[in-house]
Amino acid sequence: MTVWRAQRGGRVDRSRSIEFSFDGRRYRGLAGDTLASALLANGVHLLGRSFKYHRPRGLLSAGSEEPNALVTVARDAARSTPNLRATQVELYDGLRAHSQNRWPSLACDFGSVSNWLAPLLPAGFYYKTFMWPRFAWHRWYEPRIRAAAGLGRAPIGADPDGYAQRYAHCDVLVVGAGAAGLAAAAAAARSGARVILCDEQAELGGSLLHEPAARIEGLDSASWLKSALARLAAQANVTVLPRTTAFGYFPHNMLGLCERLSDHLAAPAAGLPRERLWQVRAREVVLASGAIERPLVFPGNDRPGVMLASAARAYLNRYGVRVGASIVVLAGCDSAYAAALDLQAGGAAVRAIAEVRAEPGAAALAAARSAGIRVIEGATVLGTAGRLRVRNVTLGTGAPDGTITLGETLACDAVLMSGGFTPSIHLHSQSRGKLLWRAEERTFIPGAPAERERSAGAARGVEGLAAVFEDGTSAGLAAAAACGFKGEATPPPVTAKEFSSRGAPGALPQPGRAAPAKAFVDWQNDVTSRDIELAMREGFSSIEHIKRYTTTGMATDQGKTSGMNALGIVADRSERALPDVGLTTFRMPYTPVSFGVLAGYDRGAQFDPVRRTPVHEWARQHGAVFEDVGLWKRARYFPRGAEDMHAAVARECRGVRSACGLFDASTLGKIEVVGPGATDFMNRMYVNSWTSLAPGRARYGVLLRDDGFIYDDGVVARLADDRYHVTTTTGGAARVLQLMEDYRQSEWPDLKVWLTSTTEQWAVIAVQGPRAREVIAPLVSGVDLSAGALAHMSVARGSICGAPLLLFRVSFSGELGFEINVPADYGTAVWEAVYAAGQAHGITPYGTEAMHVLRAEKGFIIVGQDTDGTVTPDDVGLAWAIGKSKPDFLGKRSLARPAMRAPGRKQLVGLLSIDRTTLLDEGAQVVATAGQAAPMQIIGHVTSAYASPTLGHPIALAMVADGRSRIGQTLFVPLPGDEIAVQVASPVFYDREGARLNG
Amino acid sequence: MADAVQARPPRIEASAWLQPLPAATRLSFCGDEAAQNAAAIALGLPSSRTPCRAVSTGARASLWLGPDERLLLAPAAEQATLLTILGSALAGHAHSLVDISQRQLAFELCGPNAALLLNAQCPLDLSLAAFPLHMCTRSVYAKSEIVLWRTAADRFHVEVWRSFSDYVLTLLRTVAREFPPTHGH
Repeated sequence: MTVWRAQRGGRVDRSRSIEFSFDGRRYRGLAGDTLASALLANGVHLLGRSFKYHRPRGLLSAGSEEPNALVTVARDAARSTPNLRATQVELYDGLRAHSQNRWPSLACDFGSVSNWLAPLLPAGFYYKTFMWPRFAWHRWYEPRIRAAAGLGRAPIGADPDGYAQRYAHCDVLVVGAGAAGLAAAAAAARSGARVILCDEQAELGGSLLHEPAARIEGLDSASWLKSALARLAAQANVTVLPRTTAFGYFPHNMLGLCERLSDHLAAPAAGLPRERLWQVRAREVVLASGAIERPLVFPGNDRPGVMLASAARAYLNRYGVRVGASIVVLAGCDSAYAAALDLQAGGAAVRAIAEVRAEPGAAALAAARSAGIRVIEGATVLGTAGRLRVRNVTLGTGAPDGTITLGETLACDAVLMSGGFTPSIHLHSQSRGKLLWRAEERTFIPGAPAERERSAGAARGVEGLAAVFEDGTSAGLAAAAACGFKGEATPPPVTAKEFSSRGAPGALPQPGRAAPAKAFVDWQNDVTSRDIELAMREGFSSIEHIKRYTTTGMATDQGKTSGMNALGIVADRSERALPDVGLTTFRMPYTPVSFGVLAGYDRGAQFDPVRRTPVHEWARQHGAVFEDVGLWKRARYFPRGAEDMHAAVARECRGVRSACGLFDASTLGKIEVVGPGATDFMNRMYVNSWTSLAPGRARYGVLLRDDGFIYDDGVVARLADDRYHVTTTTGGAARVLQLMEDYRQSEWPDLKVWLTSTTEQWAVIAVQGPRAREVIAPLVSGVDLSAGALAHMSVARGSICGAPLLLFRVSFSGELGFEINVPADYGTAVWEAVYAAGQAHGITPYGTEAMHVLRAEKGFIIVGQDTDGTVTPDDVGLAWAIGKSKPDFLGKRSLARPAMRAPGRKQLVGLLSIDRTTLLDEGAQVVATAGQAAPMQIIGHVTSAYASPTLGHPIALAMVADGRSRIGQTLFVPLPGDEIAVQVASPVFYDREGARLNG
Repeated sequence: MADAVQARPPRIEASAWLQPLPAATRLSFCGDEAAQNAAAIALGLPSSRTPCRAVSTGARASLWLGPDERLLLAPAAEQATLLTILGSALAGHAHSLVDISQRQLAFELCGPNAALLLNAQCPLDLSLAAFPLHMCTRSVYAKSEIVLWRTAADRFHVEVWRSFSDYVLTLLRTVAREFPPTHGH
């Protein structure tokens, strides 16, 4: 046990010693310690270097508001977390922590040179300095600022930990398990409401954890707390979540909670997630988030050893650690006296209480005096001394005329300060709740809520344990009642000796404005009172502007300890009332949240669903190279031996054209449109006319948006008078169904028609090529496959290998083609049967790449590749598909707009390089004349380009202004340092008369 | 004539909390109230006008998915029978009946953690009060659509499109590792 650890008291377990290291040095702490309390117990006050000036920093607080003591905790190379607040890091055996922002060491930091350069680094330094010379920003300033900026280092390896997520619902969510939160949860739970109670700390109890003297229901606070928590835990309608920070308040009472599951364990069980994101939808919320003590703003207030008075009490009463042996208390608030009394009782020497207010509370003064503690009234603080820890504090004395004279210097090893408490209104403010200014208490408290929430206890400025219990109880009852649960509860009777927590935000008065030492307002971003004054002198008056100019409140602590003091300084100096200065916005997260917990399960192979067809496994076994199409994996090509893609695709294309190819088209979207209104519906949706399509026949359908541009396309078969089988592009399936449902439900509720996605009901096996019929004929029964009976664009039902069959005679290759639709469970077996039957005919499995080449040779477009959302049917030569006599269809009116018919629209054409060997780049621009200087006059662009094995030369499709009238002309495709002459051709390169289709 | 081939439904590995369900007849059935009633009578099911509730008789069930939409479930062997029965019962009623037996597959989540397994990525309130016995609905599990049907206090029937099933099942197995094996089942 060290000299700093009290012999008795606190909630630490003196029987369980824990070894840990800080900056490589080994220490021992106790079970129940945080890293902060364990270091203090070892006399270590220097924990880090500040962000901008690299000043030595210690602990300011004992809670999550800590701006200084940010450390890196590393388990291994990949498990290294920077910027953890030492006050929140629970100690475990073998914990390794490191300080940050120092080189070569914490005690001797090279970067602290910037402390001496401070006069050169005023507020707005970046804005003023890095404006010139212009080129220097990218080359010089930015790389160096990036190297110097930021605290800690993010781990480089992939995060090996798992992160969990969970949605939860409750009647009443209580945030914060201090006195108010415990009372609210108990009252709401008694009423019968489903309650979730969360608290950011490992131990529930809030300030009760360091108020051992209070007696509640006749028990000391620790015993009462234990029984109160046991009562809550025993109730089935209560979920208690320790180590769980409510970090965000989202619309409609959805709150984001981050639960830390394994960071506090020495050896987490394998597979235990590190954190869990709770997304809680609460009918009512009670915010019992407490209040945060404000530091005093005076020169040298950031020296290690200078800390908040309530923090010193927490270290003593909760962790059994004395923060110093010789203590000066700076009182801007009566509650600072409680710290002096406790520390004195705990064995520290309290040198004096320096009272900085004109009218301290009489009870507090009397208590100090009766304990024999010297109180220096009418004091201010002029400075502190000490290199790595405070050594003394120099007081000043204010005269009635406002002048300040030098006072005494008190030697000490710890300075405790209190400027009063700021209610934690963060979540209320995040939820867009209004704030109220309480002039008497000089504080903002939550006002009218925007969501179904209420604050309770210190979070809304209630003082005194009895009053806080009462407030929590009534908040819990009110929240439960708002959910329809009636109940009764009475707050526990309390006896406690307490002092007021009121204080005045702002800076302590200094002699003259030119005090050389820094009085910090924002510890984390190193913003001083002079920075704020400078910003005001330079013309900033809105707090929002001052905040951005000085960066006060913009660090990861979001100004928890600094915000009100900054406002107080601005109000004082501008002689405005504090609420007139305004308040900056609170945003989520309350404290930093890991990316891991937000990503949750969405990582690696599980980032998105990977959709595989029934034929996928066969394709994989046969060496397919897959490509992603939407969420689907599609076989792109099937290389044999040492073939590259080019060779494999060429072989596959030749196989289809010369004999027969086998292609998995299962991913095509399929929608069954059924009902007596089906034909009317199809007539209204698609440009085509469907009335004349006989059952058993199919048609190529074109779907526009209401703006007249092509949205999707696909073959549509009429299966019966009232039933259509619509196919869509693979990527368009979901959005086409959505568009159709939108029109069906919103625009045409008169039509008796219904839509069902059948994409996954069917495995679709395309058999394409001159020998396709011979391949499938032995397998199919119940369908006459002859050209006369099953012509191109027909559909028939039958069976194949005993499986139910919906057989389409269609072609996307330009060859004789069939598409075998079988229920998905039969997909693999039927594919295998067709492949086996095709062996005698030289069947070639082919992938999407060959499919693309084959269709391009025929000039068939791919929506989304050859079209881009600005293309009409006529632009791509599909005007023939439009049902001219139809009264209306989606997009018809837009097609009649003059711009849609104006000359100069881009039209689909073929392009052939004049040399017949150059493969154009997809996306390349097209110009009319050679040798243009930039900016060239662009008249089109290449949409598709392939080497055509069938034709023996490259082909391309392009959208070119007035393209159809340019057929035969020579155009140019400019490339960097080159220019390719191309000939405009028909987009149909192969079998222009379609003889092969009809074989 | 070629040999008949066998159907090969996707296989799901069972575990303490996961039971695969056998292949089934699934029909997406849409129509107005008269058609709904005619179908219910033909199938021997009670009428199902309560939103988001399933009705069942023996192995046949009708899940309310929308005012005019039901998911009909029955044993796989009954497919032809069902289509015949419904075909004649619905003659004269405007309706849509589409076979989606193999569009999706089904499994059961069971045990004390069933609701928690779902709530990892399904945002619904699955407490018995909010999601009582026989309740059914379309919902999501992470990025996949699912149909959820509570068949017992600690038992959910889950329907998922076949190509999303790997994703959903892998995710469920990941989530299940968060629960210590001693914790029920």
